Amino acid sequence: MTALLITVFAPLTGALILPLVRSLRLAGWLNLGFCATSLAGSVWLALQIMDAGELTGNGFHIDAFNIYLVVLTAFVGLTTAIFSRPYMTHICREGRVSARRMRLYHSMFQGFMFTMLLALTTNNLGVLWVAVEGATLATVLLVSLYRTPESVEAAWKYFILCGVGIALALFGTVLVYFAAQQALTDSSEGLRWTTLYAEAGRLHPMVMAIAFVFLLVGYGTKVGLVPLHHWLPDAHSEGPTPISALLSGLLLNVALYAVVRFKMLVDGALAATDKAAIAGHLMMGFGLLSFLVAGLFLYRQRDIKRMFGYSSIEHMGLMTFAFGLGGPLATFAGLLHMLVHSLTKSAIFITVGHATHIAGTQSIDHIRGLIRTQPAVGWGLLLGVVAIAGFPPFGIFTSEFLLLMATMQRWPWLTMILVLGLVMAFAGLFRHLHPMVYGKIPEGQQPVTANMLPVMLHLGLVFCLGIAIPAFLARWLDQATFLISGSHLL
Amino acid sequence: MNLTHLTLLEQAVFVLAALVLFLSFSLLAQARLLAGIHIFAWQGGVLALATGLIAATSDEPHLFISAALTFGLKALTIPWMLHRLVRRLELERHADPLQHPALVMMAGAALVIFSYWVVAPIEQLELAGIRNILSISLAVVLLGLLIMVTRRQAVTQVIGFMSMENGLFLAAVAATQGMPLVVELGIAFDVLVAAVLFGVFFLHISESIDSLNVDRLNRLSTREDDGV
Repeated sequence: MTALLITVFAPLTGALILPLVRSLRLAGWLNLGFCATSLAGSVWLALQIMDAGELTGNGFHIDAFNIYLVVLTAFVGLTTAIFSRPYMTHICREGRVSARRMRLYHSMFQGFMFTMLLALTTNNLGVLWVAVEGATLATVLLVSLYRTPESVEAAWKYFILCGVGIALALFGTVLVYFAAQQALTDSSEGLRWTTLYAEAGRLHPMVMAIAFVFLLVGYGTKVGLVPLHHWLPDAHSEGPTPISALLSGLLLNVALYAVVRFKMLVDGALAATDKAAIAGHLMMGFGLLSFLVAGLFLYRQRDIKRMFGYSSIEHMGLMTFAFGLGGPLATFAGLLHMLVHSLTKSAIFITVGHATHIAGTQSIDHIRGLIRTQPAVGWGLLLGVVAIAGFPPFGIFTSEFLLLMATMQRWPWLTMILVLGLVMAFAGLFRHLHPMVYGKIPEGQQPVTANMLPVMLHLGLVFCLGIAIPAFLARWLDQATFLISGSHLL
Repeated sequence: MNLTHLTLLEQAVFVLAALVLFLSFSLLAQARLLAGIHIFAWQGGVLALATGLIAATSDEPHLFISAALTFGLKALTIPWMLHRLVRRLELERHADPLQHPALVMMAGAALVIFSYWVVAPIEQLELAGIRNILSISLAVVLLGLLIMVTRRQAVTQVIGFMSMENGLFLAAVAATQGMPLVVELGIAFDVLVAAVLFGVFFLHISESIDSLNVDRLNRLSTREDDGV
């Protein structure tokens, strides 16, 4: 329990202390320190879970499904903090952000980490909602950090769309609580996930089905599912780059995690009725639509961060589809994809941060010749995009391959659409990538000081996961697969 | 459902719920900003009263806390903050009329029918009263959404957003005797922070586009259209 408290509350302490720190240098290091503490706590927690299997109490619940996401979240938080320290110092020196706003930045960075970790570890569905809404509130001022008209517009859109979405999710949560009160004797337990999961068969199926529609639309807005995705590319392109990395790598995952937790309850409640798979079918539909639409939009992007924002929508669509498909194989693929996508996408955004720093713009047309100007950044971007496009031997290839196999078994004709979408996304990304990496160097383009350690770490991990999944992780993923789909894969 | 079987207090709750819905409609029709803020405050007050009545009929003492919280937040603090902002931005005389009032009101009525249709399958639970309140609160949520869609003013959009929150609160209180206290406090905190942030945004938006007409926030969408 101590490990859990360190993991979750180190960032909260950071969020409260950092506004008081005036020195930018010190704040950057403190930000890193709090993230490192949180990661250390999560690793300690993971070791405990490896022995105990799961941990429940004091309103928290840790099982195989969320422990790997907790470690992942803390890890991406730390590497992003490593990137953010010199990057934001540079931004501040350029005069785009005042020193006061940097204090807001660091405080909200930690506040965001706190809400993410709280959402993952809590056992209470109401607290889950509060935490996800808190994540919106923490990041909305970060998206508009530069105070340009564009960034204010992006932040307003983000605020309104996610606010409305999350309000619908609250309505869904109220309905779930209502169903629980009818079924359970002790109604104060009605939002406790573990209780609900154990008693899922007794929940009123019709109420749960209606609730799931609201929950999927609500949390789906945060996942970035089409047609509720409009905030995502804007927020990714206008916010500071470390925040884009956090949004893509963590927030989308946590929102999807919430959807899947609810799907587990709804599946249990509907198991005995004739509409048993309705939650899965809804997720498949939304997922496939997002996957295809985002793939198409990749072509016409001119802003590099917008482009990768659309790529995130595409991958979140794929994961939603995987969880909707259900069955052990697809669920395993979805869980693995959450992990490798998050690592790869945050690595890409960090590289993009350096690339835009070199070129002095986010416009794809003006980023040229990266590999000759600064080989580390050029290769980082190239390898990152190769990984995200699903090439072997990277981990995304593994998860996409597993998903294609699962689709082949259950819905053979959908495999065609999936392959088509993957090819489309691949072509869309490489069309833009090639000139950026290899093109002619514009005059006067100079290399910058870039710390590529986070990128190498992330891509190295994704590479290793593509070759072989370590035994403990495979066991966790398998255990989580069992929890979600009802049967083991391994 | 036979209303006469219910106690007087329960019937009063129904009346108040209907009043909340009515106030949502008047928000939808109201063009002037200040009048809109006042209606919103009234809606918060009615909601707090309904919560208080439910607290009195059921033995859930923590509902009194949420009633007080709702009154303080939705009927006093947030309207006061909005009021102050409107005065600061000199928008007192500003009106944000609807484009097609008749059409919008028809759409609002359709949304109410739709909400009853969505909740209808819960029939077999023999909880007709709760079903009614769930339909009303869903209708208030959807009307809030409609307000946000049809208005151009950032302030009216926020009022729509907050009245959505009212609908959610009505559902939570009437159908489930309120969420557990810790959740309720968390939600109240989130709403308060959201209200403060909205205030900050009004200032940023009016700085960057010299008005609060969010239709003019379109740089990013035009940029997307330019891309080939």
